[in-house]
Amino acid sequence: MTIAGQSGSLTGHGATGGAGKPTGPTPVPPQRSLIRRLWPWLIVALGVVYFVTPLLGTIRLSLRHNKGTWEAWRLILGNEQMWPAFGQSIVNGLATIVVSLVIIVPTAYWVALKMPRLRPFIEFITLLPFVIPGVVLVLALIRLYSAPPLLLTSTYNSTRIVMICAYAALSFPYMYRSVDNGLRSIDVRSLTEAAQSLGAGWPTIVTKVIFPNIRLAILSGALLTFAIVLGELTIALYMAQRTLAPFMADIVRNKPFEAAALTLIAFSVTWLALGMISYVTNRAGRRT
Amino acid sequence: MDGTRPSASMSVAETVDKDMGGAKRPPFRFRWNWLGVMPFLLFAGALLILPTIVLGARSLAGADGSTTLDNYRSLATPVVIDSFRLSIKISLITALVGGIFGFLLAWSMVLGGLPKPVRSLLSTFSGVASNFAGVPLAAAFIATVGRVGLFTILLKAAGFDMYKAGFDLYSFIGISVVYLYFQFPLMVLVITPSIEGLKEEWREASENLGASTYQYWRYIALPVLMPSILGAMILLFGNAFGAHATAFALTGGNLRLATILIGQQISGDVLQNPGLGYAVAMGMVAVMAVSIGIYSILQRRSERWLA
Repeated sequence: MTIAGQSGSLTGHGATGGAGKPTGPTPVPPQRSLIRRLWPWLIVALGVVYFVTPLLGTIRLSLRHNKGTWEAWRLILGNEQMWPAFGQSIVNGLATIVVSLVIIVPTAYWVALKMPRLRPFIEFITLLPFVIPGVVLVLALIRLYSAPPLLLTSTYNSTRIVMICAYAALSFPYMYRSVDNGLRSIDVRSLTEAAQSLGAGWPTIVTKVIFPNIRLAILSGALLTFAIVLGELTIALYMAQRTLAPFMADIVRNKPFEAAALTLIAFSVTWLALGMISYVTNRAGRRT
Repeated sequence: MDGTRPSASMSVAETVDKDMGGAKRPPFRFRWNWLGVMPFLLFAGALLILPTIVLGARSLAGADGSTTLDNYRSLATPVVIDSFRLSIKISLITALVGGIFGFLLAWSMVLGGLPKPVRSLLSTFSGVASNFAGVPLAAAFIATVGRVGLFTILLKAAGFDMYKAGFDLYSFIGISVVYLYFQFPLMVLVITPSIEGLKEEWREASENLGASTYQYWRYIALPVLMPSILGAMILLFGNAFGAHATAFALTGGNLRLATILIGQQISGDVLQNPGLGYAVAMGMVAVMAVSIGIYSILQRRSERWLA
């Protein structure tokens, strides 16, 4: 997403902002003609066909390996590189969420409590990843941090840390928006004063009072971040990381049937994470 | 950080901040407050701002280290122009087609009288699909409209050979079809709140004055929606323009979009001039900044009516 040059990056605010808004039912005037009522269904049907056909195509191809129906699945699940790559991507995703939360939650809280006028400025900075395409960012990071005197990308693991930090920065648009929405729905000042009057320090307030109160709001940002990191290709590719997406790109080029099976696996994990977002936002919406 | 000065004086003037004690000792207080956002600013600075600044600085450096605009003049070489032209062409087409179809879909969802479960399913689906880009998307389309894909074979069975008719998944038209998969759901997400903002009273008022449905849309609804529609399409444009992973996974770099060109520049200096590579990258940032900028201006404009 543009995390990664992928396009989805621009979309997060739609996913978190739009889905949560309750919308009243639109009454249909009874005098509508049949044609006018069929129109919307036709458009929706067209959309659904466009949505679903690629999925069906992928399912079909995953079952067409010439050595047997389930051969492609057997091969990909038995692939020695696949599980480590998957594992790395999952760990990267979780690490990104942690880094992103550690930076964003205290900042958004501090801004909401002490510097409300700074909010637009902070929000502007969190939106920078939309302006810097992933491929440009990775070029810039490599040129800056691979060169002396920094040499932060001299080993696989140090590069990995740089990449996770970059992912965290790319998650800012979604994470900040989610956290900020959460903070707006609670009374930050009263909660803080209540906690302070009971003798709580800043770390306690943030982790024990604020964080639990915006858990649900954070979850949607976290799930989106996870889904994005799991599928991120561009940065991982040019930082030579052995994560899921570069591995997949390799398979896609050379083994179409296994690629279809692997795509379906990645599909399901991503769609599970993203589908949970709307479930979570619906629940959060009902509560407040 | 001299940016703090106006904000501090403003907060003193604000009555809201008075009860926080801000008026008593402003200088001490605001310096303390800025400390609280320092981790964030340092992090964003190190990973987003500084790299971009360094990139910009290097794009202005000549081969001998002097400051020059040569790299930007070299942008006019055919390789660069072609890649930008292709990127812009694909982004325009997918923004336009995705924008129109996405708008129609959103309109059907909001005003089409669809049952509520269908609507919420569609909006969930849009949220998911608009974020669905990269390798899996490429693989899914290879399995569908590739040479042995499901759709290709079905059409062939019906007597129509897409590939003989000029379709090629690994070309301009193919990439556009693939990009539309995340483009029009994004349009649905961005435009739905605006359509929901159309007030029922406007339609009633226009009907009471004798306007037809056509007149209502032509003179009321569309003019009110236009800034949002244009803004959303520009957002779609930027979305496609910055995309790299999907095209890379699909063509392995054979189709030279601007993003692909930058990728090739990272791994092997295909332009034979690192400075030019930085200029290309800065050019992309400029295009993105302009489109996001126009988007937010139009968004603010549309809020006048639809907030």
